[in-house]
Amino acid sequence: MADITDQIPERIPINLVVNGARRTLEVMPWTTLLDALRDRLDLTGTKKGCDHGQCGACTVLVEGRRVNSCLTLAVMKDGAEVTTIEGLVKDGALHPLQQAFIDHDAFQCGYCTPGQICSAAGLLAEGRARDADEIRELMSGNLCRCGAYPNIVAAIEQAMSRS
Amino acid sequence: MNAYVGTPTSRIDGRAKVTGAAKYAGEFSADGLVHGFVVEATIPRGRIVRLDATEALKVAGVLEVLTHAHRPPLADKDEAWKDEVAPEGLPFRPLYDDMIKFNGQPIALVVAEEWETAKFAATLVRIDYEQDGFATDLEAERGRASEMDKPHKPRGDAKAALAAAALRHEADYLVPTEHHNPMELYATTTVWEGGGKLTVYDKTQGVQNVQKFLCAVFDKKPEEIRVLSPYVGGAFGSGLRPQYQVVLATLAALALKRSVRVVLTRQQMYGLGYRPMTIEHVALGARPDGTLDAISHEAIAVTSRYEDFSRNDTGWAEQLYKSSNSHFSHKLVDLDVSTPCDMRAPGAASGVCALECAMDELAVALKLDPIELRLKCYSDRDQSEGLPYTSKQLRQCYARGGEAFGWARRNPAPRSMREGKELVGWGMATGVWEALQMPVAVRIVLTANGHAEVSCAASDIGTGTYTIVAQVAADALGLPIENISVRLADSTLPQAPVEGGSWMAASSAHAVLGAAEEIRRELVHLAKAIPGSPLADLDAAAVTLVDGMIAGNGKSGAAVSIPDAMRHSKLERIEKEKLNQFAEDKSHARNTHSAVFAEVKIDEELGVIRVTRVVSAVAAGRILNTKTGRSQIMGGVVWGIGMALHEETVMDHRFGRIMNANIAEYHIPVNADIRDIDVIFVDEPDDRINRLGIKGLGEIGIVGVPAAIANAVYHATGKRIRRFPITLDKLLD
Repeated sequence: MADITDQIPERIPINLVVNGARRTLEVMPWTTLLDALRDRLDLTGTKKGCDHGQCGACTVLVEGRRVNSCLTLAVMKDGAEVTTIEGLVKDGALHPLQQAFIDHDAFQCGYCTPGQICSAAGLLAEGRARDADEIRELMSGNLCRCGAYPNIVAAIEQAMSRS
Repeated sequence: MNAYVGTPTSRIDGRAKVTGAAKYAGEFSADGLVHGFVVEATIPRGRIVRLDATEALKVAGVLEVLTHAHRPPLADKDEAWKDEVAPEGLPFRPLYDDMIKFNGQPIALVVAEEWETAKFAATLVRIDYEQDGFATDLEAERGRASEMDKPHKPRGDAKAALAAAALRHEADYLVPTEHHNPMELYATTTVWEGGGKLTVYDKTQGVQNVQKFLCAVFDKKPEEIRVLSPYVGGAFGSGLRPQYQVVLATLAALALKRSVRVVLTRQQMYGLGYRPMTIEHVALGARPDGTLDAISHEAIAVTSRYEDFSRNDTGWAEQLYKSSNSHFSHKLVDLDVSTPCDMRAPGAASGVCALECAMDELAVALKLDPIELRLKCYSDRDQSEGLPYTSKQLRQCYARGGEAFGWARRNPAPRSMREGKELVGWGMATGVWEALQMPVAVRIVLTANGHAEVSCAASDIGTGTYTIVAQVAADALGLPIENISVRLADSTLPQAPVEGGSWMAASSAHAVLGAAEEIRRELVHLAKAIPGSPLADLDAAAVTLVDGMIAGNGKSGAAVSIPDAMRHSKLERIEKEKLNQFAEDKSHARNTHSAVFAEVKIDEELGVIRVTRVVSAVAAGRILNTKTGRSQIMGGVVWGIGMALHEETVMDHRFGRIMNANIAEYHIPVNADIRDIDVIFVDEPDDRINRLGIKGLGEIGIVGVPAAIANAVYHATGKRIRRFPITLDKLLD
C-alpha cells in the first residue's frame, strides 16, 4: 500500500470539439466526459445528478447522439464532436426546444433541464417518437423531480411540429 | 394595476435555465479551488476508536484529511448549532467528536486538488469502530413510542363514541421513509476571500439561516460570511436546515485558507433529512347517514436519538370534519438514525393520506358516495378552534373537480369497471394545507430610465419566486415586466425567512407592495414639485403609477413621466426598503384546500398499476401566476403519484443501513409514469387573508393525491392496501 501513489497512471492528452470549438486537455483515464466538461472546461450547463447513469441530468450530444456523459470516459471520446446545452444557442437565438421549454413551463428548478433539452434534441434527430406516448417512453431516462413531465412532453411536441 | 398578476407569465429566469447559464452552488469557481470528499460511518451507533488517514495522505494531490481529532475549532455550545428551523434537541455536529449517531454520518473530509483524487483517497481512510447496540425499526420499536409535549385537546369522549357507533372503521396506515432526492446534489462552494472572509455558495432554501448558523458555528462576525444560492436545483424541504456539507466546506476553507467545494454523492444524500416513516392509526365512528360521531387519529413517527422532529399529521382530521368526539395524539420513537426533516407538505402528506383512505373505507362501509360522506361532515368552520375560515371553497373543489373528472359516471362497486385486460378504478380524496405568511423585506431601486431592481434574500427553489416578485413589482410600479430585474438569495439582501411552508408567495408579494408604495409616494412628491405640474392640485393618495407614468386618477389625463419627475429633481435613483409584517389576526383560520380525483388502470394478471388521469381542483385564494402555479400543482400531483406507488427508502435493520440509497432503486416517477394531469383553480376571493388574497401553492398539490390513488386502486381491485407504496406485489398477494 505504501506505493499507492506510484500506481497512479499518467494523464492522457485528448482533443474534443465542444460546441464547434476544438479543445485540448489532459485527463486522467478515469475522468468522465461530464467532469471534463464541468470541471476542466467550465461548461457547467451539463449537470451532475447521480454520476451513475440513473438520472439523465448529464445528457449531452456526442456526434449528434444523446449519451449520459457521466458514464462516458473522456478518453473514449478523443476527437469526438460534443454538443452541450451551451452549444444549442446559435448567434444568441434559442434552439426551438429551448424556446418551447420556456413557452410550456417545462421546468421549475431548472437542474434537469439542460439534460432534458439535449435528450429531446437527440430524440428529434432519431426520428423515433411519433406521438406523446412515444415521447414519454423515450424521454424516461431523464428524471425531473419537480414533476414537469406533462409540460416537457408538450414542449417536445411543439418543437417536433415546427421542425 | 393588474397587467401581470393573475396571468400566465413565463418565468423570468427561464432563459438562464434553458441555456445552462444558471449557476448552482457546486458550479461556482475560484482561484485555487480544491475539492472535499466525505467519508461516512458504516455503523449506526458507536464510537470511532481509530481513524487512520496515513495512506490517504500519501496520494499525490491530497492536501488534508479533516477529522474530529484534526480540524479547526467548532462551537461547543448547542445554541450555536440551532438554526432557525431546528427542532427540539441537540443538533448534530459534523466532525465534532468520536460518537457515531447514524449510518452514513460524515466522519472525515478528504481534501485534494482534484475531485477524483479526493474520492479515491477517501477509500484509503481506515476506521475502527466500537459498535453499540442499536435500533432502526419503527414497527419493532413501536411500544417505546412516547407522546409529544403538547397533546391535542380532545373533544368529547372519542373512545366511548367509537364503541357506541353504528358503523366503525379502524386501521393502521403505514407511510414509509421517503427521501427528497432533488435533482441537484447537495453542494457548497466556500470561497476564501482572504482576511478570514468567506463567500459561501450553498444549496439552501434560506441563505440568512445558513449565514447566521455559520457565524455561530465558526465564531465569525456577520460581515465575514456571505451566503448565496441564486439557483437551487430543487429542495422540497431538504434545504431548510443547513446541511452538513456547508459546515465541512467552510471548515476546510478555514483549515487550508483556500476555496473549497464539497459536493455529496447521491448515495451520501441519504444520510441527510427525510420524511419520517409513520404509522397512522385512524378510527372513525359514524351513524348510518354518514354523520361522524368520533374521529381518532394517532400518529407514531420516527425521530433521531438527538432531536425530536414532529410535524402536524393529525391536526388535519381535527380541523376538516365535523365530529362531536375526537381524539388525537402524536408519538415519537427515537431510533439510531439521522433526524428527519420537512419534506413537501410535512405532516399533511402522510396524515391526510391516512385520513382520506379511512374516509373512503368508511364510505364503502356506509354504502355512501365518498363525496357525499365528505359533504355530510363538511364544516365551514375550523373544527379544532371553532373559527371561521378567511375563505374556503372546498365545496366548489368537489363540484368542479368531480364534473371535470366525470365522477357521476362512476359505478361504486369494486371491480365493476374494466377496459380490456385492465381493471379501472376511480378514487378521490380531500387535500388541505395552511396559508402561512411571514415577515419579509424588499428593496426596490428605481432608476431614472424607468428600470427597477427588486431585491430580497428569499430563495427561489424552482417555485417561481423570481417571476412573481417581478409580476407584482411591475404592476405596482406601472412598468413593463422587462424593466424589472430581480435579485434573490444573497444573505446581504433584505431579510427573508427560509423558503418553505408555501409562505413565500404571499410574504414576498406583500413586501414588494410595501416597498413599491414608498417609491410611489416619493415619485408623487417629486412630480407635484415640478413647476406647473399637472398633478399639483391632486390628492397624493389618488395618484397611481401606470404605463411608466405618475398619473392622476380619472379622465383628466394629468400625468408626469417617471424620468421627467426624477430628472427634474436631479435624481438618478430612488431606493426604498420596507419590511412587511402581517397584522396578527387569530379570528380566522387560513387554509388552502383541494379535491383530487384519480383514475388507475391495473393489469389484472400482472398487477401493473398505471395512473391514467388525475384531476386536482384547488382553492388557494388568488393565483399570482396561472402558468407557474399550474406547474407547482402538477409537480405536487407527480409527487403524490410517487408517494402512492413508488417511493420507499428501505432499511436493512440488521445493519441499520439504507439499502436503496440511489435514484435507480429508490423509485420516483419517470416521464412514462405520468399521463394526464388536469389542474383546476377554483375561484376563491379572499379579502381578509391579505391585500392580494394570496394563499400559496407549494404544498397543497401533493396532499390527498396518494389517498385518491389508493382509493382508486381499491375501487379497481377490491383490495385495500394500507402499506405504502402500493407496489404490484401487494396486489398479487
